Amino acid sequence: MAVDTPATSRPARPGAPGLRRHQWMAVLRAAVRTPRGAAGLALASLVLLIAIIGPAVAPHPPDALLTTEFAKPSGQFPLGSDFLGRDVLSRVLNGGWILLIMAVAATVIGVAAGATAGMSAAYLRGRSDGLIMRGVDVLLAFPQIVFALLLLSMIGPKLWLIVIAVGVSHAPQVARVLRSATLDVSERDFVKVAELQGMSPAKILGKEILPNLISPIMVEAGLRLTYSIILISGLAFLGFGQPPPAPNWGYMINENQIGLPSNPWAVVVPAALIALLTIGTNTFTDAIARVAIGVERRPEEAALVTDLGPETAE
Amino acid sequence: MPSADTATAPARPPARVRLEVAGLEVRIGAAGPDVVSDVSFSVRAGEVLGLVGESGSGKTTLALALLGHARPGLTISSGHVFLDGADLLALSAGDLRAARGAKISYVPQDPSSALNPTLRVGAQLREALQVHPGVVADPTSRVAEVMREASLDPSPELLRRYPHQLSGGQQQRIALAMAFACRPSLIVLDEPTTGLDVSTQRHVLDTVRSLCRSYGVAAVYVSHDLAVVSGLASAVAVMYAGRIIELGPTLRLFREPLHPYTRGLIGAVPSPDHAEQLTGIGGQQPRPGRRGAGCSFAARCGFAVDDCRTRAPEPVLVDHRTVRCLRASEISGEQAGRPALAPALMADAPAPVLSVRDVSARYGQTPVLADVRLDVPGESCVAVVGESGSGKTTLARCIAGLHSNWTGEITFQGTPLARGARQREKELLKRVQYIFQNPYTSLNPRKTVGQIVAQQLEQFQPLEFRERSARVAAVLADVSLGEDFMSRYPDQLSGGERQRVAIARALVVQPDLLICDEVTSSLDVSVQAIIVELLRRIQRERQLAMIFITHNLALVRSIAQSAVVLRAGAVAESGPVERILTRPADPYTARLIEDVPKLAGPGVSGG
Repeated sequence: MAVDTPATSRPARPGAPGLRRHQWMAVLRAAVRTPRGAAGLALASLVLLIAIIGPAVAPHPPDALLTTEFAKPSGQFPLGSDFLGRDVLSRVLNGGWILLIMAVAATVIGVAAGATAGMSAAYLRGRSDGLIMRGVDVLLAFPQIVFALLLLSMIGPKLWLIVIAVGVSHAPQVARVLRSATLDVSERDFVKVAELQGMSPAKILGKEILPNLISPIMVEAGLRLTYSIILISGLAFLGFGQPPPAPNWGYMINENQIGLPSNPWAVVVPAALIALLTIGTNTFTDAIARVAIGVERRPEEAALVTDLGPETAE
Repeated sequence: MPSADTATAPARPPARVRLEVAGLEVRIGAAGPDVVSDVSFSVRAGEVLGLVGESGSGKTTLALALLGHARPGLTISSGHVFLDGADLLALSAGDLRAARGAKISYVPQDPSSALNPTLRVGAQLREALQVHPGVVADPTSRVAEVMREASLDPSPELLRRYPHQLSGGQQQRIALAMAFACRPSLIVLDEPTTGLDVSTQRHVLDTVRSLCRSYGVAAVYVSHDLAVVSGLASAVAVMYAGRIIELGPTLRLFREPLHPYTRGLIGAVPSPDHAEQLTGIGGQQPRPGRRGAGCSFAARCGFAVDDCRTRAPEPVLVDHRTVRCLRASEISGEQAGRPALAPALMADAPAPVLSVRDVSARYGQTPVLADVRLDVPGESCVAVVGESGSGKTTLARCIAGLHSNWTGEITFQGTPLARGARQREKELLKRVQYIFQNPYTSLNPRKTVGQIVAQQLEQFQPLEFRERSARVAAVLADVSLGEDFMSRYPDQLSGGERQRVAIARALVVQPDLLICDEVTSSLDVSVQAIIVELLRRIQRERQLAMIFITHNLALVRSIAQSAVVLRAGAVAESGPVERILTRPADPYTARLIEDVPKLAGPGVSGG
């Protein structure tokens, strides 16, 4: 009962600090352990594997004219041939990786731009908030694909432009979500402590607020990745992608649709791969979102936890 | 006078026992660790039992179990709650629902969330009666009756209002009126005055007391505030780690506490009448499932012997009380007093470190402060006291530069301060340090304690790594946190430990002025005492100037030399603490002092 007894120390849970420092790893790991997360990751990895090692294992060059158009599957061509008599299997194996790279790049651009805009708007408030969010509203007024098409028709179908167009079309949605998450965090007193330390707003956003937004950013990134895949393959279907002889899942659906009665595989396989990939990423994102809610508990759960102690309520 | 009531109680014939609780136990899940265990007590008609305990002691869980309710994840695993002889826990779900509200009622902590914001209060009161058909013949006249009993004007205007159009005190009275509307046998009150100002609190407590007495209601009053309970209850049960560790008549229990924990708690309660050193209780309450084999208080107990750590104490009857302590009868004679503090002599009008002149502040268009004047002399502590909404926190934020919409002049060490922190020089920011009310939001949850304290140095005093770590370790030691705390994250700390980290962060840059904004209001009383003593020691040792903002007048005497009383944004009076507390010049101050709940026992030091 002495006044200055050092508070009794409670042993820290082993390994906890490491996980805490890399919170995104901890969330990913927990998400993979859920059945939903495992299923999503398995689906997405399957498609990812095909796209990545595909070019190395393809039996034929993707643009070689080898047989008659829309030939049925055979021993030599397991998925038949396309409208020019090229091997569908080889084109499928070669046609995914560029789509994936573009989708990831567009997601990175969209989340980075959106998060920066949303966080700044929420933290700076006042005029900056109004300005940024009205800009976001204007961008939101266009449907995403229309916005992307608008840019492409103005400048031309360049791959980098597709990536930027898709990224920019994501940014407003990301900005809205991150703005509301930041509003909550920037109300907390540790942000005021940093202000009293004379920290610059940019540093406060990066060092104090950002580490507390890892979970919403991860969920947004997963969601936007799914949309990027859909948008980029959609644009490819419309002809905005690599120029024709190059294989591309989105454009394959378009170029082979007239041959559906004779060789459906030329359309069905690329379509199914795009579908599996988006279902996979979306399911995995859903698992992340559920885990993240568990990490930052809902208020009523938190109340029970403070009453009973975090270890026992787990 | 509460003491007179309890003293005359034994003269009356004992009333009938209304509530009898036997062997009540609540567990996590069906067979998990127990949250509340082996609880037995009884309450007579017209009596109030005070249930006191710190956060995590299981008092709210027990209060809800009295209504046959367990929060999701918990189960009432055994025991009986006899109300007028019938076991509530044996009732079917339907019968229990019928009993709730009619025979047992509940007053929650926060009336603003307990009342439905979309229903007029009249409709809510009538609804409370209508869900129990047959209890009352004429709801309208009963509504008017209970309104009058709760000291509310039963006018149609008031009944037509929505909850948000009422003050906090009025809302709590409506909740009380609802609870008493069906003339229940038992009423459970869960900290109903926590959010209220002392004056409103006093009126609500008076209402509870008179209603229980006139209708022979048994009441269980749950609270963390010992002083509130001591003025209201005829018997008190002290909870610790899910068990009742001491149960007895209020006066006796507060005058001569037997259990070491009860003693510790009482030693931690500040008194507005004496300047005394507060004694806190080090350590923490064990969580459910970690309460060990022996006495759950043994780890923090100054009287503990080896036996205490292995053998769980059974309740024993000592001196009219049930105590769960193996050594209760041995240690009952040893009463520890609190050392009185020599009134701090102020040096002859030392030059003020900070002076606030005619400061007025507004939030948007709403004025919050009007022409506030305040001087903080060097090496002394000034308390800023006021009820909620008096502008005390706004004043602190103006001084710190967190609120910039103010006029007037604030001079620090001779330099006029700029309005906002952004316009101030780094050196000034460093010399004025601010400690926030809530340690749960003032520490970044993604940083370790070491990083949090070191960051302060990085911002103000670039030092090489080794020198910086040494300073961080030294300051943590100064607030009694060991070096192993450096690598912990805030969510691994208790509230008191977090507040120590916040204090260490402020001290590491060796400021000249420390602003403490309600730094103990979110802490338990035993922890509050430790933090107040820590601040007092540091203020003396480092010869700091300090502004201590609080709504708790009783604390002022333990820490400050002079005080400023704020009322609705203006200074009601200011002067030395001794003078203000003993001879208040302003009637408002006098009323505030009058309304502070005091412990029933006379000064614990025996003076």
